Amino acid sequence: MSPTTNHSLNVLPLKERMKIPRQQMPEQPADERNKNFTEVNLGYSPELAMQEAQRCLDCAKPTCTDNCPVGVKVKEFVELIVAGDFLGAAAKIREDNVLPAVTGRVCPQEDHCEGKCLLSRKVKPLGIGYLERFVADYEQRMGTHLIPNVAPTGKRVAVVGSGPSGLTVAGDLIQKGHKVRVFEALHELGGVLVYGIPEFRLPKQIIREQLDYMREMGVEFETNVIVGRTITIDELMHEEGFDAVYIGTGAGLPQFMGIPGEHFNGVYSANEFLTRINLMKAYKFPTYDEPMVELHGKDVAVIGGGNTALDAIRSALRLGARKAYVIYRRSDAEMPARAEEVHHARDEGIDFQMLTAPIEFLSDGKGWLTAARCMRMELGEPDASGRRRPVPIKGSDFDLPLSVAIMAIGTTANPIVQSTTPGLGTDKRGYIQADNETQRTTRPGVFAGGDIVTGAATVILAMGAGRRAAKSIHEYLTTGSW
Amino acid sequence: MFKIIHAEFIAPGIKRFVLDAPRIARKQKPGQFVILRVYEQGERIPVTIENSDPAHGTISIVVQSAGKTTQLLNSLNTGDNILDVVGPLGKPSEIEKVGTVVVVGGGVGTAMAYPSAAAFKRAGNRVISIIGARTRELVILERELREVSDAVMITTDDGSYADKGFVTDKLRQLIENGTRIDLVLAIGPIVMMRAIAELTRKENIRTVVSLNPIMIDGTGMCGGCRVPIDGKSEFACVDGPEFDAHKVNFEVLVQRNSMYRDAEQKSLAEYQRSTAKTAATQPALANEAEKSCAVAQRGNR
Repeated sequence: MSPTTNHSLNVLPLKERMKIPRQQMPEQPADERNKNFTEVNLGYSPELAMQEAQRCLDCAKPTCTDNCPVGVKVKEFVELIVAGDFLGAAAKIREDNVLPAVTGRVCPQEDHCEGKCLLSRKVKPLGIGYLERFVADYEQRMGTHLIPNVAPTGKRVAVVGSGPSGLTVAGDLIQKGHKVRVFEALHELGGVLVYGIPEFRLPKQIIREQLDYMREMGVEFETNVIVGRTITIDELMHEEGFDAVYIGTGAGLPQFMGIPGEHFNGVYSANEFLTRINLMKAYKFPTYDEPMVELHGKDVAVIGGGNTALDAIRSALRLGARKAYVIYRRSDAEMPARAEEVHHARDEGIDFQMLTAPIEFLSDGKGWLTAARCMRMELGEPDASGRRRPVPIKGSDFDLPLSVAIMAIGTTANPIVQSTTPGLGTDKRGYIQADNETQRTTRPGVFAGGDIVTGAATVILAMGAGRRAAKSIHEYLTTGSW
Repeated sequence: MFKIIHAEFIAPGIKRFVLDAPRIARKQKPGQFVILRVYEQGERIPVTIENSDPAHGTISIVVQSAGKTTQLLNSLNTGDNILDVVGPLGKPSEIEKVGTVVVVGGGVGTAMAYPSAAAFKRAGNRVISIIGARTRELVILERELREVSDAVMITTDDGSYADKGFVTDKLRQLIENGTRIDLVLAIGPIVMMRAIAELTRKENIRTVVSLNPIMIDGTGMCGGCRVPIDGKSEFACVDGPEFDAHKVNFEVLVQRNSMYRDAEQKSLAEYQRSTAKTAATQPALANEAEKSCAVAQRGNR
């Protein structure tokens, strides 16, 4: 097929394309899915996908690709869907994105490709995420991954962390002929994709399939290695013979508010709450041994308004919570969570307590949480983040009865790698300093990207950093110049 | 998979394992721990490293049967495997020459105190070790501690061996005799560590305890092991596990460690039911005395 727009495979006139409504994503009914962990979105059928793909306007200068952190060639893969070549479309995405089945599910497309889609000026944007997911799943069902055949370069790269950015680096570099070994601290691979994002948003089977594909391509994985503790960066380079190292250790230590009662039993960090469920399968206790506090029939709240907060509270609802609240100190407009997730959560029956913040947790006198004392807020002047600052309303405090409270208010940098790697520069918050373009750190041969550089962000931004790092590592390994 | 090179009971219900873990063996320092998961459905539990042998690539751990996971562990033998072992975790003990160090080990905590006692000795300190156990057969590592200590004092709760009483009695004796003590390291049940802390606080003796909260990842990611230290929340896995005993909020530690008591009992009961048939042909793992000592373990796992 021709890559030029003049020979578009889409024969529909532009005006007609605008008339096709955005094809809705089939989803499990809200009152069923809020009781199970099966995926909410069910995926397009081939017919829906082809119908949706026809809406693409074939822009001469596609802004969708420009706004994709990994630069997926949207127009080209959508055109292949129009032509019915779904495997070709998948291969086209894979040129830039090693985890299409993941990003097709969890990427905030409204902030990237779809946010800049020309269609959205008049009608709803093209369902790029839904289409990406469709072809990735189609490829998986067909089981016809292309294993690239490349000449080995003899260079070895260590990747620290098997989350989205580490996997992107590994996937890109193995296709350049370098040997890649990924080190993971936990007993299971996938990082936040496995311990953080719940099954109903990203089935673990999808990640296992992506990992199998990477193994087929030759990527080696080693679990139970905490770089900085089990082995240092210097030892990897000087004793184990790695020519370059990529640090993608991800999200850090959970923050707490520092209000009274945060140590009561029943108060969790979102990281712990989600890890118990997703990684340790505590909801299957006693079949699995890791326990968690009983949620069935209990009142549960999450503090925070990001995707992690919604993942946690929607999990609590699925585990039988009677009331499930989101307590967020600003208003809807400032919520950092993806629009689709907020919409899904509301449909499922999550109670959003906006412009509200806890000021203290209360207990039964034996150390178990019974309520959160909260205050209502109003929005004042914009703060450093550009969002309007929440200001407490005097005398508005009230007690919200709760058995479980989940803190999802952000993370701070994990210091393990930084504190054991001499000469590795960090910023004043403790995150690793890395160049925005090359992802180079202050240590020759050492690259870094993702949350450990930027602070908590999204899967796709971490993958974007991985992409840039892989390019830059390849350059470093082939030229030898730093 | 981590192979068990050698496994033997060193006291009733207390088993020592030598594990093939070359990466961990190379890095381990006194005071550090590993997190392990026995099998696919298993939970992750922290266990202090007793010793390591970098030349042979092995580490040793000492485990007391308490909950399901530790019972399951202690049913494993030489040649078996442990699914996941990760470490070494936590900050190493601060070993320096301070003068006279009193190392207190309560129950299975003795095994965790031993490597630090040895390191303090190597650093040129006078080391006095105090071992406490409920009863004679649960006194462990006496010979090893004698090798690295200038003096060893032993108490048993029931007086069946050495002196009847508690480790705090011995420490009080030392203080009353005018022994100059520059540092106390206490590792054992929370009640013991709290009692030691109370005693030395009055005497203004620097005291370090090794805390045993519930953990999952051990890298600071989950925050489950948070403990108030001097009113500020710290993570035992990355900021500890050793802390200034006089700054630890023991009450919160006790409360948080009881968070899953019901679940732990349920888990244990189911495990014991499921193994009841085979148990008849094996020696009993835990008698009443051991169960009451089991609090020395990191959690009742």
